[in-house]
Amino acid sequence: MSEPNEHSRTRAITLRVNGTECRGQVEPRKLLVDFLREDLGLTGSHVGCEHGICGACTILINGEAARSCLMLAVQANGAELMTVEGLAHQAGEPLALPGKTGPLHPLQAAFWEHHGLQCGFCTPGMLMTAYDLLQTNATPSEKEIRAGLSAVLCRCTGYQGIVEAVQAAAETLRARREGE
Amino acid sequence: MEEFTPKFTGARVKRREDRRLLTGQGAYVDDHHPPGLLHAAFLRSPYAHARITQLDPSVARTREGLVAVLTGKDLVPLVKPVRAASKMREYKETSFPPLAVDKVRYVGEALAVVIAENRYLAEDALEWIRVEYDPLPTVANAQDAAQPDAPLLHDEAGTNVLLSREFARGDVDAALAGAAVRVRDRFRFRRHATVCMENRGCLADYHAGTGELMLRSATQCPGLLRDALADLLDIPEHCIRVVAADVGGGFGAKSSLYPEEIVLCAVARLLKRPVKWISDRQEDLKTSTQAWDEIVDAELGLQADGTIIGLRADVTTDIGAYSIYPWTATVEPIQTISFLSGPYRMPHYRGRNRGVATCKAPMGPYRGVGRPITTFVLESLMDRAARRLALDPAELRLKNYIRADEFPYKTPSGLVWDQASLTECMQKAREVLDAEATAQWRTQARAAGRWVGVGFATYIELTGVGSAIPVSPGMPIATGTEAAFLRVDPAGTVTATFSVAPQGQGHETALAQVVADALGVSFDSVRVICGDTALAPQGTGTYASRSAVLAGGAAIRAGQALKEKALKIAGHMMESNPVDLDMRDGQVFLRDKPERWLPFREVAKTAYAGLRRLPQDMEPGLEVTRFYDPFFGTASSATHVAVVEVDTETYAVTIKRYIVVEDCGRIINPLIVDGQVRGGVAQGIGAALYEEVVYDDEGQLLTGSLVDYLVPTASELLPIEVHHIETPSPTTLGGFRGMGEGGTIGAPAAIANAVSDALAHLGIEINEIPMTPEKLFRLVRAAQGKP
Repeated sequence: MSEPNEHSRTRAITLRVNGTECRGQVEPRKLLVDFLREDLGLTGSHVGCEHGICGACTILINGEAARSCLMLAVQANGAELMTVEGLAHQAGEPLALPGKTGPLHPLQAAFWEHHGLQCGFCTPGMLMTAYDLLQTNATPSEKEIRAGLSAVLCRCTGYQGIVEAVQAAAETLRARREGE
Repeated sequence: MEEFTPKFTGARVKRREDRRLLTGQGAYVDDHHPPGLLHAAFLRSPYAHARITQLDPSVARTREGLVAVLTGKDLVPLVKPVRAASKMREYKETSFPPLAVDKVRYVGEALAVVIAENRYLAEDALEWIRVEYDPLPTVANAQDAAQPDAPLLHDEAGTNVLLSREFARGDVDAALAGAAVRVRDRFRFRRHATVCMENRGCLADYHAGTGELMLRSATQCPGLLRDALADLLDIPEHCIRVVAADVGGGFGAKSSLYPEEIVLCAVARLLKRPVKWISDRQEDLKTSTQAWDEIVDAELGLQADGTIIGLRADVTTDIGAYSIYPWTATVEPIQTISFLSGPYRMPHYRGRNRGVATCKAPMGPYRGVGRPITTFVLESLMDRAARRLALDPAELRLKNYIRADEFPYKTPSGLVWDQASLTECMQKAREVLDAEATAQWRTQARAAGRWVGVGFATYIELTGVGSAIPVSPGMPIATGTEAAFLRVDPAGTVTATFSVAPQGQGHETALAQVVADALGVSFDSVRVICGDTALAPQGTGTYASRSAVLAGGAAIRAGQALKEKALKIAGHMMESNPVDLDMRDGQVFLRDKPERWLPFREVAKTAYAGLRRLPQDMEPGLEVTRFYDPFFGTASSATHVAVVEVDTETYAVTIKRYIVVEDCGRIINPLIVDGQVRGGVAQGIGAALYEEVVYDDEGQLLTGSLVDYLVPTASELLPIEVHHIETPSPTTLGGFRGMGEGGTIGAPAAIANAVSDALAHLGIEINEIPMTPEKLFRLVRAAQGKP
């Protein structure tokens, strides 16, 4: 085959992930989630459907929840990203080293306390979606939580522990703000 | 045997596994990137049934980044085809090649595998494989496929009916002829998919130096896979290591051996490089085992006072294109006729089944196996009978439950229920529901023109099955035992290794609770490892609601054996008789003088200090492996109650309340048990209202994405009210009963009965799952005499 090799052309990208500047050299077609998982080793964001339905790959891009399976890595050039690995750090905790787990974000602590996870596969996307929800609505009702989390599918829990966890975390975060 | 006195067992302990999963530090198959990793992509058939007339990978082999392309023919000398065997008479064994050789039998069947430097390149190269098909007539549905002139899927079987079986007791035809009331219907459970959030995937790595083949797989059954792969690849079992670390859901769909697992092992051995395959969602929906696709013609006869006298049923099961290993195509159909007599005294019974091959993805186990449909059928018939007899549906059930003094009760199919709390569960469920207040609410709502209803469903299920009954009939593999390997190191910490392999059930926590109690050490000192055949004792895996019973029982046996030895060593150290000692929470003490005690870590240190420090003739060391076989297994039971409203405009069903009262014996961890019940009910709600795998008449899958196959989101679900009757099983160690599947078993039946109740004024009785708005609309229009 003598045709030009269309896949060898790569692009340089620079972005901030969990507060750290990252550089990459990627094929234009590479999915953002594949870049996070394969190039940066951030395997906390999971790939559950690759068509934007299950929400397991949800991360924050420039402060808003987005599906990292529906974006190309090159589209994130210059962006500020947060993944589940940076969630505790966001709450003022030091960034954990790979393979280590540091202190938990109130959402993570509440998911733990309320059995908001079983297999754990949807959990990173669920946490990031809940983080986004509480950013925009600090005191959501149960119905609002359910609507907000309907962007992420969980097959294990029936969502009950998750909803309770988000309610509890909202309470913790509110108390923390009032204490400041 | 020493009595099991729990301290940690029964406590609401937060899960050990959660911290890593919450912080993105899990270890699912796709999270592993060993050096030199290659990636696989599979060429899959777009036809439901076709002869492969040409398959030429020569052009694809020249593509950039390509390492290898293998077809079914290339694999023939490398691996044996899978043949799921069963000694059951009237079962026809057939072949399932890892890659199709001459013809394909369902859309999505793999014909070739591409191995490339990355997944993008592997998927690109699929388009460069030249393949031509000669389409054959589609075998689209089980009833047509069972006709003598139907096109054959497997020539070697000579028929599409790959199995048939009958269970009978008494003379059901005579009994029903004399019944005061007979109710019958044709019930239909549509095809369902499990939809684990993690798609299937695996990573094979062959180490040429040691000769070890390692397979990481998203599987429920590492031990079972290891044994099967050794045979198929002709590699000694001790040279194969199967690891299932974190697995993103299973629910039965990850309990079978899949073609991709075999192919990747063969390829890794051939190329001597690690190879990974991760399914995408469409592949997963096309190729993971599907479930529950059955038609049941059933008739129940009762006396005028409501006493059941007999049940007869004919079941047709659509088993898909292949019989899966190891469960075979019998797994769903046989359980259906085994369990159809339900929780009731059933003097006369006959259940017949046939399992028919069609051009669909293979049928396999899915949470509940057989029992979601049997509960739906029998509990629907009970409500029909209650309406005919003008009896309260709950009273009719209470009248017919197997009574407390009738346990152990032998069912018409020969199973034995050790004990169950049928009456207690129903009574508690009515109390929680506040049956009177609910009836008033229903009357008022109906007067306002609303379609509201209440539905009950009771089930009894066999769990923790031992060696007396194979999990699937006639299987040559043993599923009746599991083992625990406990090792205490000189510092007194305990490593407990099990051959069961969880996918979210919290074994690392629950089994640590049991070990800590049995051995008498602190919960924090026990670490549990599951899902690695190189570390674990012989066993198969996690399926069929067996882990708490089998692994829990093995944990108790192993813990008690170690404790006995530890007390002997401690007695020697304390110059006391070991029978006067006990150990709890890591302290060995004199029963009569608890102030005289010794830390367990000193005992552990002494165990390894050599003969000079040990009692005479004692072997040094502090580790043990113990197996447990519960033989018959035990029964779990529950009553579910659904309160529903059908929207008179949109025909959508809203569940207003959902109650579960269940008895799973001694509860190890209530947090985990409630989570399992709620998650199971959620899947049952999805099955009842939203989910359906649809193939068209050409065998094309129409539900190949999560836009088309609808699993419930948080918005569709509600808080599930869970209550427990905790009666330790009289037959299992620790009194545990299995409970992972129950939620899914009760929910479709309870919801169907509630919808039937809501639409009773129109004369509608639900006989098909799922109850989508479209189906309800058609039923209502038909009942109203409108087109």
